[in-house]
Amino acid sequence: MKHRTFFWFILPSLAAMIAFIALPLVSVVIQSMHVEHEQIMSVTENCGPFGCKEEVSVDAEATAALRAESPLGRFNGLGTYFDRGHLASQEVATAWQERTSLGDFFSRLYNLPLYKAIAFTLTYTFIVTPLVIMLGLAIALGVNRLAPALKGPTIFVSLLPMIVTPLIGSLILFWMIDAQGIIGKSLQWIFDDPELSLKASPTLTWITLMVYGVWHGAPFAFVVFYAGLQTVSSETLEAARIDGATRWQQVRYVVIPHLMPLAVFVSLIQLMDNFRVFEPIIGFSAQANASSLSSIIFTDLRGDVIRFNSAAATSVITIIGVAILLSPVLIRTWRDFKGKAV
Amino acid sequence: MYLKNLAVAGALAVTSSAAYAGCGLSGGNVNILANEFGAIQAMVAGARECAGDGVTVEANLTVDHRDIQVAALTANPAQYTSAVVANSSIVPLINGDLIRPLDDLVAEHGQDLDKTQLITIDGKVMAVAFMANAQHLFYRKDILEEAGVDVPTTYDEVLAAAEKIRSMGLMEHPFAMNTKTGWNLGEEFINMYMGTGAPFFEPGTANVAVNNEHGVAALNMLKSLVEYSNPDFLTFDSNETQARWESGDLALAVMWGSRGGSILDDEGSSGDIVDATVLAPAPTLTGDNVASTLWWDGFTISKNISDEDAEATFVSLVNGISDDVIRANNDKAVWLSSAYEPTPASAGVAATAASGTSPYPMLPYMGLLHTAAGGELSEFLQGSESAEQALADIEAAYTTAAREQGFVE
Repeated sequence: MKHRTFFWFILPSLAAMIAFIALPLVSVVIQSMHVEHEQIMSVTENCGPFGCKEEVSVDAEATAALRAESPLGRFNGLGTYFDRGHLASQEVATAWQERTSLGDFFSRLYNLPLYKAIAFTLTYTFIVTPLVIMLGLAIALGVNRLAPALKGPTIFVSLLPMIVTPLIGSLILFWMIDAQGIIGKSLQWIFDDPELSLKASPTLTWITLMVYGVWHGAPFAFVVFYAGLQTVSSETLEAARIDGATRWQQVRYVVIPHLMPLAVFVSLIQLMDNFRVFEPIIGFSAQANASSLSSIIFTDLRGDVIRFNSAAATSVITIIGVAILLSPVLIRTWRDFKGKAV
Repeated sequence: MYLKNLAVAGALAVTSSAAYAGCGLSGGNVNILANEFGAIQAMVAGARECAGDGVTVEANLTVDHRDIQVAALTANPAQYTSAVVANSSIVPLINGDLIRPLDDLVAEHGQDLDKTQLITIDGKVMAVAFMANAQHLFYRKDILEEAGVDVPTTYDEVLAAAEKIRSMGLMEHPFAMNTKTGWNLGEEFINMYMGTGAPFFEPGTANVAVNNEHGVAALNMLKSLVEYSNPDFLTFDSNETQARWESGDLALAVMWGSRGGSILDDEGSSGDIVDATVLAPAPTLTGDNVASTLWWDGFTISKNISDEDAEATFVSLVNGISDDVIRANNDKAVWLSSAYEPTPASAGVAATAASGTSPYPMLPYMGLLHTAAGGELSEFLQGSESAEQALADIEAAYTTAAREQGFVE
């Protein structure tokens, strides 16, 4: 395709991408570098059904004048990025200087909201992603061997976890794992511990969230691998069989190499998705034991005072995190691409 | 006390509330943003009676109202002509200068309103309150009798009663409060800290002052209480505690008064439990300091709308809290009106108000402290952090947020 033709071809989607992806990103970066104006407050007498009281309130007129002057607020540079709610440079330095051991340093680090969120987010990402790929492949291989009459219904049932809205799926499971729910009660019976609660301990909550993540993510990997399996050359498989390859050897040396590009694709998507883990934390009411980068952005954007700049800074940190996480896979894809082109 | 005064004052007022289409208005658009529960549904239904003759009345009732109100009222013209708020959620609307003073409208159309219903800030009426709410004690008199304990009036007595119930094998987890991480847990901390009688902030500044022995006392009491709670307590919101109460799992609970009506109705529970449920004032922590806060719900009128719409909105909403509406929905709330007849469901809130409880502070930076407390207490309550560390974390989280919002240097 000529460059010119290509340009006109891509122009509509390029325009949409600039308007809906690039510009909002620029706006987020700008917001993350500003903080609110200094609040001008005055003491007023406030009355209501429960009597009168001297209280402080914001001087609306003076604040409006300040806002009109500079609508973005005060420029704060990278200040928000390094405050306690984010990278917490000062607190980390203090923790390092005052550490009694490396474990002590990490427990102090874990007390800071962003690092706590990163700890969960990374653990979740690196445990759930490989499990999703393995489980997805196993289901695809299993379904591929089924009799044609059973394939349709099995595929439908296997896809259900992906079809169910994440928030609803996690809510349903949340009720089932309740101490009074079917899974919760069964676990109490199996472990013979009437006090066992999946919601109370941080470790069990993490395990629950990750099991949910695998349950929800596996169908996606399955669909992709199943499609890939239909293109495995039957001649190569037959040749392998004639050479005396066992079923496992066929999978290991013929099927998996053939599916490798798809595995890269699935891991890219899953890494991105899992790094943004959010719905299960809300659905499982797990905020006490687990927080992710997305859930702390959500917390900033709710409540009586909305903290746009703090949320913007966390968003930028998330984007940088996704970029770092994906870079090995992207570099590999780029090398393959160049290798083919030459 | 105030509620009683209000009833007396209101009884003297002459009331007329014949509803007719348009409510005497020549036109205007009304669009209400509000929380969703029975009392507000009743009020909005009353406001809708004014629709017709060129007046339109629409409403969006959602539990997420607090999260959208600032954006919706910042638009010009505003998306909603009225936001129904509480003591805490009116603050961001005032901070952002998004609601209009109502003095003119009150003078013209508010003859039926009682003076104590008017929320005035710096002498200007900014909202009209229509109901009161507070967290207070719910107890099961059958269980307390069986355990042989009196009705607790202090939190130490609550602990003693819970211990007695547990040791007698009546219930393993007799107590609950709304301790879900986030807003609910923050509210419990603020209520408990109120019970110490100490101020939240250094006088005259926005510097937080909870990192002290009062904070430790409040936290230790919360920790002792949740030890009598089901281990899942960090996931308990109002719906969860109400469900556990109605299924008979609890003997003592601190819940919102606004839940009283639905707990005492004939749905969701058995007759024995309902008959044995009594609503009592909130317990005290130290001395006479009640560990609770008083709340009001009221309506505001947007600034960025036409005067015609503002008038239509005010008249419709006043019609929504007319005596007829309140008489027909008496059980749904503790209404701030002369037409309201106290019921067993309102006994808790009325007694809590009468015992000298302070209202929730209407400070511009209170919400930041509330959020900080709600997010930083889970580990302490789970036993993996000391009270001092939890308070230091609250202080640090609050200060970071307050600095960012321009409240402290």
